[in-house]
Amino acid sequence: MLTTQERSAIEEEREHYPTARAACVEALKVVQRTRGWISDEALRDVADLLKMTLDELDGVATFYNLIYRRPVGRRVMLLCDSVSCWIMGCDGLKEHLKMRLGADLGQTSADGRFTVLPAACLGACDHAPALMLDETLYGDVTPQEVDRILQEGS
Amino acid sequence: MARVVIDGKSYEVDGRRNLLHACLSLKLDLPYFCWHPAMGSVGACRQCAVKQFKDDRDTAGRLVMACMTPAADGTRISIDDPEAKAFRASVIEWLMLNHPHDCPVCDEGGECHLQDMTVMTGHVVRRNRFPKRTYHNQDLGPFLTHEMNRCIQCYRCVRFYRDYAGGRDFDVFGAHDQVYFGRAEDGVLESEFSGNLVEVCPTGVFTDKTLARHYTRKWDLQWAPSICAHCGLGCNTSVAERGGMLRRVMNRVNPEVNGHFLCDRGRFGYERAQRVTEDPEKEKRTPEDSEKKGLSESSGSSGVKRFSEFSGSLCGLLIGIGSPRASMESNFALQTLVGKDHFYSGLSDLDASLVSLILDILRNGPARAASLQDVENADAVFILGEDVTNTAPRLALSLRQSVRQKALERIGKGGIPLWHDAAVREAMQDEHGPLFIATPYATRLDDVATAVWRAAPDDLARLGLAVAHEIDAEAPAVSGFRMPMNSMADALRDARRPIVVCGTSCGSVPLIQAAANVAWALRRQGRAADLCFTVPECNTMGAALLGGGRLGAAFEAEADTVIILENDLYGRAGAAQVDGFLGRVKHVVVLDHLRTRTTSKAHLVLPAATFAESSGTTVNNEGRAQRFFQVLPSREPVMASWRWISEMLVAAGRTGWASLDEVLAAMGDARIRAAAPPAAGQRIPRRPPRYSGRTAMAAHVSVHEAPPPPDPDSPLAFSMEGFSPEAPPPLTPFFWWPGWNSIQAAHKFADGPSGVRLIEPGQRGAFFREVPAPFTPRRGEWWVVPVHHIFGTEEQSAMAPAIVKRSVEPTLALRPEDASDLGVSTGGAVQCMLDERTYRFRVQLRPELPVGVAGLSLMGATKGVGLPCWMALRRA
Amino acid sequence: MERPLTKNLRSDAPDLAETERVGGYQAARKALREMRPADVIDLVKRSGLRGRGGAGFPTGAKWSFVPMGSDVPHPKYLIANADEMEPGSFKDRLLLEGDPHQLIEGMIVSAYAIEANVGYIFLRWEYRVAAQRLALALRQAYERGYLGRYIMGSGFSFDLHLHVSAGRYMCGEETGLLNSLEGKRAVPRSKPPFPQSSGLWGKPTVVQNVETLCNVPHIVNHGADWFRTLSLSEEGGTKIFGVSGKVRRPGAWELPLGTPCRRILEEHAGGMKDGVRLRAVLPGGASTAFLAEDQLDVKMDFDSVARAGSRLGTGTMIALDDRTCPVGMLANLERFFARESCGWCTPCREGLPWVQRILDSMEEGRGQPGDIETLQRHGRFLGMGLTFCALAPGAVEPLRSALTLFRDDFERHLREKRCPWR
Ligand SMILES: Cc1cc2nc3c(=O)[nH]c(=O)nc-3n(C[C@H](O)[C@H](O)[C@H](O)COP(=O)(O)O)c2cc1C
Ligand code: SF4
Ligand code: FES
Repeated sequence: MLTTQERSAIEEEREHYPTARAACVEALKVVQRTRGWISDEALRDVADLLKMTLDELDGVATFYNLIYRRPVGRRVMLLCDSVSCWIMGCDGLKEHLKMRLGADLGQTSADGRFTVLPAACLGACDHAPALMLDETLYGDVTPQEVDRILQEGS
Repeated sequence: MARVVIDGKSYEVDGRRNLLHACLSLKLDLPYFCWHPAMGSVGACRQCAVKQFKDDRDTAGRLVMACMTPAADGTRISIDDPEAKAFRASVIEWLMLNHPHDCPVCDEGGECHLQDMTVMTGHVVRRNRFPKRTYHNQDLGPFLTHEMNRCIQCYRCVRFYRDYAGGRDFDVFGAHDQVYFGRAEDGVLESEFSGNLVEVCPTGVFTDKTLARHYTRKWDLQWAPSICAHCGLGCNTSVAERGGMLRRVMNRVNPEVNGHFLCDRGRFGYERAQRVTEDPEKEKRTPEDSEKKGLSESSGSSGVKRFSEFSGSLCGLLIGIGSPRASMESNFALQTLVGKDHFYSGLSDLDASLVSLILDILRNGPARAASLQDVENADAVFILGEDVTNTAPRLALSLRQSVRQKALERIGKGGIPLWHDAAVREAMQDEHGPLFIATPYATRLDDVATAVWRAAPDDLARLGLAVAHEIDAEAPAVSGFRMPMNSMADALRDARRPIVVCGTSCGSVPLIQAAANVAWALRRQGRAADLCFTVPECNTMGAALLGGGRLGAAFEAEADTVIILENDLYGRAGAAQVDGFLGRVKHVVVLDHLRTRTTSKAHLVLPAATFAESSGTTVNNEGRAQRFFQVLPSREPVMASWRWISEMLVAAGRTGWASLDEVLAAMGDARIRAAAPPAAGQRIPRRPPRYSGRTAMAAHVSVHEAPPPPDPDSPLAFSMEGFSPEAPPPLTPFFWWPGWNSIQAAHKFADGPSGVRLIEPGQRGAFFREVPAPFTPRRGEWWVVPVHHIFGTEEQSAMAPAIVKRSVEPTLALRPEDASDLGVSTGGAVQCMLDERTYRFRVQLRPELPVGVAGLSLMGATKGVGLPCWMALRRA
Repeated sequence: MERPLTKNLRSDAPDLAETERVGGYQAARKALREMRPADVIDLVKRSGLRGRGGAGFPTGAKWSFVPMGSDVPHPKYLIANADEMEPGSFKDRLLLEGDPHQLIEGMIVSAYAIEANVGYIFLRWEYRVAAQRLALALRQAYERGYLGRYIMGSGFSFDLHLHVSAGRYMCGEETGLLNSLEGKRAVPRSKPPFPQSSGLWGKPTVVQNVETLCNVPHIVNHGADWFRTLSLSEEGGTKIFGVSGKVRRPGAWELPLGTPCRRILEEHAGGMKDGVRLRAVLPGGASTAFLAEDQLDVKMDFDSVARAGSRLGTGTMIALDDRTCPVGMLANLERFFARESCGWCTPCREGLPWVQRILDSMEEGRGQPGDIETLQRHGRFLGMGLTFCALAPGAVEPLRSALTLFRDDFERHLREKRCPWR
């Protein structure tokens, strides 16, 4: 069941488009904002609300990499692995994170706190390597900085 | 027409096509995947690349996708260009990167478009050394097997299922090289057209689950052109057998009828006949005599002998009852045997009156009987009373295309070529219509309807009549009519090719008259309006054309002996009446391949051939005579009904017929004869050139290879020998061409229509003037209309195992208010007395039903109830 | 040197009052009150403005394909492409975060020119700060009557919405963007028909890069001639150039179009860091061909870079230094493109992962004879016109040039069965 808040947030998004379907990506994000990910049940509720079939909505949901169809940790880290960050050492950060969290890209730490996902260029190439923790962007990240971010983020 | 130069040669092609289509029409080999003749181009697979040159001085050229390039006048291309060939080989190499090398165990092997194209492009060496991706497969229900690892992502399946057939429980998931085609979760595919995925998919992702149970490679099958026996539309099929067992049904292109697609009933309904023919012994397909249980010699003549014995002589008190599911020839044979005056049509009395009214309308009125192709091209449609998805399924798919016509016209004018499917759909968005649906209950086409009306059949008739009057004031007015319908009348009047769809399923004469009035009113306004009437069975129209007395009259007739042709009378009239009749007649002889309540009451049952074991003609709802051909060589004692009857004639000292052509000659209708060419000259092989095991398959009986069974009834041979290329469309057993083993080979064959239309319109302009009174609900009683089910209502398919799995439990549909008044809810039961019998029905709630109306599933026992009728219902 | 695009940029974004004080919304007022749509199109044509999203298509010309008048399909749409996801590109973010009203004004004027009544800003999800500031700026603009019905008392109405996406580079491709906005999978549509005639929901639509749109108010304010003089080349205007990689001062600067590449690298980015030498640059993001050290005097404008065998692209350069393995860099680039392929057409969907795997295996010392030829074949067969959209052709631009420029490095990987840089 969608909460009243989720429902009204989705209906608000709906206003911006001539068709219900067009609001589906926004709607999935609304639900994801409160629940972290899109469960099958949530998917069905959103589909019903937008008069889409499960299949239609899942076809869209599984296309976009920032819609999570599997559970994620309490916080999601997007580690930029595109070219400038690679040149500036994002592979080192990845190794460092793996050591600290025991989780590789695409995995969640055993304690369920962090999920680390690769991200396409975050548009912070002048401060490479960069990463985002939830909605906050960090630039010029060093392994030490990673430790600090993890600490703050927990 | 346009002139194009291909590899230095100049050709005339249809300029409205794309280059790929043009090349294929010229029988040139150009590989492709995502393009489909009925679905157009999207340019996804990139397989059809050719080199295009600006002019004759341009030697460099550039690669273009043929399917995305118009065949414009003056176009110069090369298929053989080395770069184009190298690119196409590369595309195959990419597609094969992840394709499993499982052809030997793949059901598609030997008829796989991907195999064909791989060979065609010359890709033979695997250079990729990396692991292949794998997927989970889904259980999609009883019709289809899903093997996603074989997918080459051509997107044809979603395009067919969603865009073309309107299904919404199937989609594409994921992105980049992890794209998945299926359902969000395992489960039965809802679309009634899902089986087409077998043919639409160019490789083995979707294969026929029923075939898998008795699997045979395409090249090892013996094929015959056939006509679907499972509704009145007469879709063209290819049926296949091996070793005397029916194996599968595939589509056979008839551009004016089914085009490239069948419904699932037509594709999977064959399994009943498969069971029957697989083991004639077990199915007791010997002449059966209720007095001397099981005749000792199971030969044809013994059956006839028994028949002559107890019928005494073949004159005097002999009557015959024909059948709407038997061929023209068999019906005619019976009519000949018993004489015109003693021949009764096998339709129920209600159906007989409805169909003769339809015939009268189509023959004398100014509106033509529409083909499915006409329906597809209609720019406005009004459906009166019919739940077409369940009564004439393939028609629903055509109607789904018709709702695009108006928008297509606009888009075409805007300069987008109509084969450019993706662009057309983007430009069209959800625009559809006009399609008006007026039925007693909701239908599966409502999602594309411009407007829907729900009312009792009489009120629907009033709606139709009012629309006719609105269109042309000469048509009778409907007093006191208040439903809004002006916009519908306007939309129909604005159309150039409007079509009115109606039929027999509501059992309403006024409804059919109303449909005629609408079409005729439009005709009077100068519109090329057509009528499309659905009829229940594969030869209902033919039976009506042949005529004969009413069944009710047969029941009253004096008779010592009755011969019942392929007909279960308990589905045509009340049980008490039939019991009385069969009890009274001394000798009841039934010719059938189904075991029915009627055969159980017969004194003598003669095993008649199924559609797969005999050849003959059926006439579809449009009045198109089409020939179906035997695929299973005859096996004693089973014979085509007309052959049994011919033997009876001979036994009685009269002249019989040795072949189908002789029956046709005796019938004397040149048009029916012309439905397919007669047996002559070089025969057309039913078996593909690579048919294997010919010399070995009967070695356990004799090491001497037996000659092929004779076939006096067709120009086809039960053999690999003969002349196959360019057989005329009605005689094309299967689509195969060198290098094209899959059904995609269809484009190598003549794409003309087949069959002969027997009914053309007349000039009569007089409207039907009778206006029914508004429907008045009764207290404690309901007007019960039949509810048709695609899986379950039609007798011959209803018992097919896969169809059984898809059938619903028969229910009585009630308005929720009515149900609660009766004290029942969904799943509860009601009962009623009919014909001194008590019937019990499970209840289903359908809020859209009109007040005072209920709906009863038309399946099995309810067929004899005589729907529609008033029923007093009580809680059971 | 004038910097019209960035002169009002502030790290915390100017609010509406401040924007108005420095001349914001003057162009909108002028266009809507004093000009006809055709005048605006004509002006933009004369200015020589070319699209800043990568392809460099002349903006005025694009607008002139939009059907005009009262009996054309409506509403027509204008879309700001703020999906910036091209690796190495970070220029639109500066404009979005630093001066959202500039974009809104650019959209009002552009929408007026093509008589579009509805607009969307298609923003990638990761630009959180930009999203907040745009949302606020939109609210302010509506309150002030710059958006909505009968803007500034004119007969022109324009509704502008912010759409925040959910990932996928393909959303930046203009037709993929349209599908995405319609709530579908972001697979591309074929052209023709062009979006200008059949775009969003089948209606005439123009998609324009953020930076392109931001130029429009200045052209209206100061004229086409002024715009042309901003540049050091034939093409009008300034351009935001950026540099990333191992340079001393990575960053972005608004400079005249036609500024030589070397000058940007050396004067603005401060040259290479100590201890590394420059080997080559990708001049305009990940989907442009490498320019070798000796080509760096090229003027950074569309035609000059094209003549040098690459593309100006987004104008944001990525420097490859001698301590970084070119094969590794390519493997990284192709991993991105393979992952971001939409999966619609065969060459890209299947070809790019193959390329990526070969490059990875070379890096791991498992390359095999024939690999270079396979890569070359992909360079050829994933080219423009052979795939459905421009993603794959973009993906093989760096590949193709690297195979020529760094051929020795590839061969060394195969010969030594290891990456010499590891
Ligand atoms: C794969 C791909 C991604 C693209 N991403 C962007 C993008 O993020 N932003 C953008 O402005 N243009 C992008 N483009 C270019 C757009 O397709 C389009 O050309 C551009 O938005 C037009 O605007 P302009 O004429 O103002 O440059 C991309 C193109 C491709 C092929
Ligand atoms: S090139 Fe093809 S698969 Fe790649 S992104 Fe474009 S359409 Fe999709
Ligand atoms: S058939 Fe032409 S691209 Fe697929």
